[in-house]
Amino acid sequence: MARVIVVTSGKGGVGKTTTSAAFATGLAMRGHKTVVIDFDIGLRNLDLIMGCERRVVYDFVNVIRGEGNLNQALIKDKRVDDLYILPASQTRDKDTLTVEGIEQVFEELKERFDFIVCDSPAGIEHGAIMAMYFADEAIIVTNPEVSSVRDSDRIIGILASKTKRAQNGDAPVREHLLVTRYFAKRVNTGDMMSAKDIQEILAIPLLGIIPESPSVLQASNSGIPVALDKNSDAGQAYLDVVARFLGEDRPHRFLNKRSFFARLFGN
Amino acid sequence: MSSSVAHTPVLELKGNLLSLMVLYLYDSDRERIEQQFAEKIGKAKNFFQSAPLVLDLNALQNVDAPLDVPHLVDLVRKHGLVPVGIRGGSPQMRQVALSLSLGILPDTKPMISRTEPQEERTLPATKDKIVSQPVRSGQQVAALQGDLVVLSAVNPGAEVLAGKSIHVYGALRGRAVAGIHGYSEARIFCRNFDAELVSIAGQYKLNEDFDDSVRGRAVQIYLEQDRLVIQPFAG
Repeated sequence: MARVIVVTSGKGGVGKTTTSAAFATGLAMRGHKTVVIDFDIGLRNLDLIMGCERRVVYDFVNVIRGEGNLNQALIKDKRVDDLYILPASQTRDKDTLTVEGIEQVFEELKERFDFIVCDSPAGIEHGAIMAMYFADEAIIVTNPEVSSVRDSDRIIGILASKTKRAQNGDAPVREHLLVTRYFAKRVNTGDMMSAKDIQEILAIPLLGIIPESPSVLQASNSGIPVALDKNSDAGQAYLDVVARFLGEDRPHRFLNKRSFFARLFGN
Repeated sequence: MSSSVAHTPVLELKGNLLSLMVLYLYDSDRERIEQQFAEKIGKAKNFFQSAPLVLDLNALQNVDAPLDVPHLVDLVRKHGLVPVGIRGGSPQMRQVALSLSLGILPDTKPMISRTEPQEERTLPATKDKIVSQPVRSGQQVAALQGDLVVLSAVNPGAEVLAGKSIHVYGALRGRAVAGIHGYSEARIFCRNFDAELVSIAGQYKLNEDFDDSVRGRAVQIYLEQDRLVIQPFAG
C-alpha cells in the first residue's frame, strides 16, 4: 500500500522544497517508486529544484480538473529511475485544490507508486491543509530558531485535527522532526537552539539533522537534488534520513562538530 | 536619621483569612479522647507536626461532665501540634484556656451537629479534564467547570483555561488562566515554569513580571489578598 508523506513546517524558507526533493530522490535511489507533488499552487518551486522546469506541460491542477491526464503531467526524472515529479500550476488560484479532486488523483497515484511525497506550501491556509489532508506520515521541517519552532508546533497541532486520519478517528499521522540549517558551532556558542531544545518543545521523534551547507544552495541553483551530491554533508544527511525513515538505525552525525583536539587524539 | 526614615512603618496590622485545622470535641471523656486523637494523628504524623490547631467546644454544651481543658491542651501538644485558640465552651473553660496562653475565637455555629446524622454532601457538578498530548501553539484547551490536568507541556502560543485549578506535569510555556469564573481558591501548578501569562480569578502576571528565581522551577501559583504569589517548590 502506497504511503503518503507530507513535508510541512508552517514557516516559509526553512527548507521544505529542498527536503521534499532530496527525500523523494533518496527513496527512489533505494528502488522505491516515488512521486513528489508540488502543492504550492501559484508559486511553483519544486520543478526548479528538481531541474525539470522546462519540461512542464500539464500540471497538478490540470489533472484535477480533467484537462490532462496523469501520464501527461508526470515528469520522469532523468537521473534516478523510479522518481517522478508532479508540478504545481503557476497561474491557477490555489483554491482550485479540493479534497475530492486530490482524492481522485491520489487513488490513481497509489496504484502506481510506493511513496507519494507532498511538498506543502508555507502557512496554515487552504493549500497547507490540502497538502496534509491525506497524509499517513509527516516530516516537520524546522530551523533552529524560535519562530520556526513555534510555527512547527502549530502545524503539528493542525495535523492532529485537520487531516483525514484525525477526522475519521483513525491512527494519527506519524510525525517526524527534521531539523535543517543546523550549525553545530553556533549551537555550541548558544546562538542557535540545539536539536535537544527543539525536540523538548515539539515532543516528536527526531528523524534527522541537516547541517547548514553551501552545497544546498549550489544544488538548488543547478536543479540537482542535494541527495545526489555525494560530496555534500547535507546530501549525506538526507540519505541517512531516508535510511532511518525506512527503518534502519543510523547515528545522528551532525549533532556536534568534533573539536580539533578530539579529532587529533582520535576519540 | 532623616525624618522620612523615622516615619517608615516597620510593622503593619492586617486582618487575614487563614485556613486552620479545627478539632471538634463531642464528648468530655478523657480516655476516649486520648485514644481517638492518637488514632487520627497516627495516620499522618508528619503532616500534623507543628500544625496550629483550634479547639472547638461548641458541641459540649449538652454534655454533663465538664471538659478537662489543661489535659486536652497537653494531649494536643504531646502529639506535636500547637493549640492556638478555642471556640465555644463555658466561660470557665475559656478562662482556663486564656491562662494556658490560648486565644479565644469568636463563636460560630457548630459546623456539624452531633444529634443529626452527618449527611453525605453531594459534590457540585464539576467537570475535570485530563489532556495527555502536549498543548501546542495556537491550541486552546479549557475545563470550564473544573480542574484541568495537562500531562505534558503547554507550549508557547498555547492557552489553557479552567474554572478551577490548572495542573501541568510538563513545562508551562504558554498562557494559563485559572479560576475563569472568579474562583479565587484556584491554583496553578507546573513542573517547569516559563509561562507567557498566568492568571487566577482575573489577577494576572506577564512573563516580564516574573522573578528570575522562579523561572524554570516547579512552582505553584495562588492568590493571597488579591495578589498573585508564585512559589517554587523546595528541591
